[in-house]
Amino acid sequence: MKFQMPKNIKEAHKHLIDGDFSSEELTKECLKIIKEKNKNINAYLEVFEKSALKQADEADKKIKEGNCTELTGIPLAIKDNILIKGKKVSAGSKILEGYTATYDATVIEKLKNAGAVFLGRTNMDEFAMGSSTETSAFGVTRNPLDTERVPGGSSGGSASAVAMNSCLGALGSDTAGSIRQPSSFCGLVGLKPTYGSVSRNGLIALGSSLDVIGPIAKTVSDVEIIFNIIKGKDELDSTSISQNHKISKSQNQEEKTIGVPSFVNEIDGLDNFTKNNFNESVKKLEKLGYKIKEISLPNIKYAVPAYYIFLPAEASANLARFDGVRYGLHENGKNGIDDYFKTRGAGFGKEVRRRIIIGTYVLSAGYYDAYYNKAQTVRELIKKDFEEAFKEVDAIITPTTTGPAFKIGEKINDPIKMYLEDIFTGPANHAGLPAISIPSNKKPDGNFESGLPLGLQIIASHTREDVLFEISKNFLGEK
Amino acid sequence: MILNEELKKLSKLARIEISEEELGGLGKDINSILDYIGQITQINPSTTELYSGYGAGADKNLRNVMREDENPHEGGEFSDDLLNEAPNKENKYVKVKKIL
Repeated sequence: MKFQMPKNIKEAHKHLIDGDFSSEELTKECLKIIKEKNKNINAYLEVFEKSALKQADEADKKIKEGNCTELTGIPLAIKDNILIKGKKVSAGSKILEGYTATYDATVIEKLKNAGAVFLGRTNMDEFAMGSSTETSAFGVTRNPLDTERVPGGSSGGSASAVAMNSCLGALGSDTAGSIRQPSSFCGLVGLKPTYGSVSRNGLIALGSSLDVIGPIAKTVSDVEIIFNIIKGKDELDSTSISQNHKISKSQNQEEKTIGVPSFVNEIDGLDNFTKNNFNESVKKLEKLGYKIKEISLPNIKYAVPAYYIFLPAEASANLARFDGVRYGLHENGKNGIDDYFKTRGAGFGKEVRRRIIIGTYVLSAGYYDAYYNKAQTVRELIKKDFEEAFKEVDAIITPTTTGPAFKIGEKINDPIKMYLEDIFTGPANHAGLPAISIPSNKKPDGNFESGLPLGLQIIASHTREDVLFEISKNFLGEK
Repeated sequence: MILNEELKKLSKLARIEISEEELGGLGKDINSILDYIGQITQINPSTTELYSGYGAGADKNLRNVMREDENPHEGGEFSDDLLNEAPNKENKYVKVKKIL
């Protein structure tokens, strides 16, 4: 009998519990699909065939004992910037080629305890710097829905892995949209949790004041399941928080108000297809019983330029550790310091070099006040804009991106065009807010209106992922 | 506008070797990025809004997270794993070129 790949984690879990198939069978099917499709898509940089089957075997034992979670025996893909002990991890960079992680990231430890199966590590823009997975040192990843197009980025490998049905969910990381934008381009659900709600211990850092790990999957419930397992305060990440507040169930959807920022319709480069689809989504939410209110976020127009000041500043500091002495690539120079120059010159790709140089520039004496402090001021102003808005509304919606997935090569030679991919997603990272992207033009038959998927982004106030899940499920008609 | 001389100085500060051939293209990209991000130097927030660093007067929600310096792990517990990642090593040391 031909194995029928389950549609989502919830369904797979039920089949595993009912004994319809084992985790071993499910994992073998995933590995088979990877073998068929990965050559063309390049979602995975490495497949953990042996250890995945071993994990599946252990999961099957746990399931038989009745000692399992919703993720026991569920095959997942992991972005190549999250450490798994004993496995290679490269952040999509030549400078870490051959490096083996010496410990588990906190999220990996949590997933291991839950009994999840790790299928492999997924491609990404080098050090998560990019929105198309084209800056990876290990080749571009293709969008499984249209292989001429990018899957988005930087978590493009993770999104493609889910979209090509080779796994049931994946972990990504999001610094300005790196989970939400690829989820939107691949027709998936992607959650950027509240800053600090998921530990960053074991995540290769890009911008430490912005980075957060989160799930990509096919349904809102699946994303919720993964989030509930990976979240929590961690003493190894001093910026992590616990989410122990009580959520009042009495607040029903009729009482919820959704804010629509006025700037959405003023954005240059927002294509008509996306604009119309967004306005349809607003109407749909109104029909579902939500109150719609126009809001203004006056400083949001400065979000992208400010980001490309403080992010390179943080990145240039974070990436100073890659010097060819303790781990990773080493290139021989004339003397000790020349080793650094040669190693970093050979190991870092074009976009990474650009950002390190910009970061060095904006942090140097004489430019610090003009650039870095100004950008931090903008960040504070944007935080205040959101605070004001959330006094009046429970959630804010925007399109996730200005259009559907673009063609491979279309934006890679124009850094500013690529940076503008963050226009809707970046602000939530400035303010540390939780945000989700859900498919907004999916038809009941699973295809997308006009061909390519679009995403609707929903932003809530801090630690209110529950609001995101509720609105998303209602929007998609998920039970 | 950053000239090649300044770009060389920045790459020296960042310890990245950049070839002469690469300077032109990199300079062009960086100048277009600086043009773009430069728009925020035009805004004039009031002095009360101006970011003052995470020191006095900064966000009151920010606080230091400390822990007691206690319960160290066994000496040498992680040494072999970590040393195995070093490109050059000798016995229990990471090996680098002489600096004197």
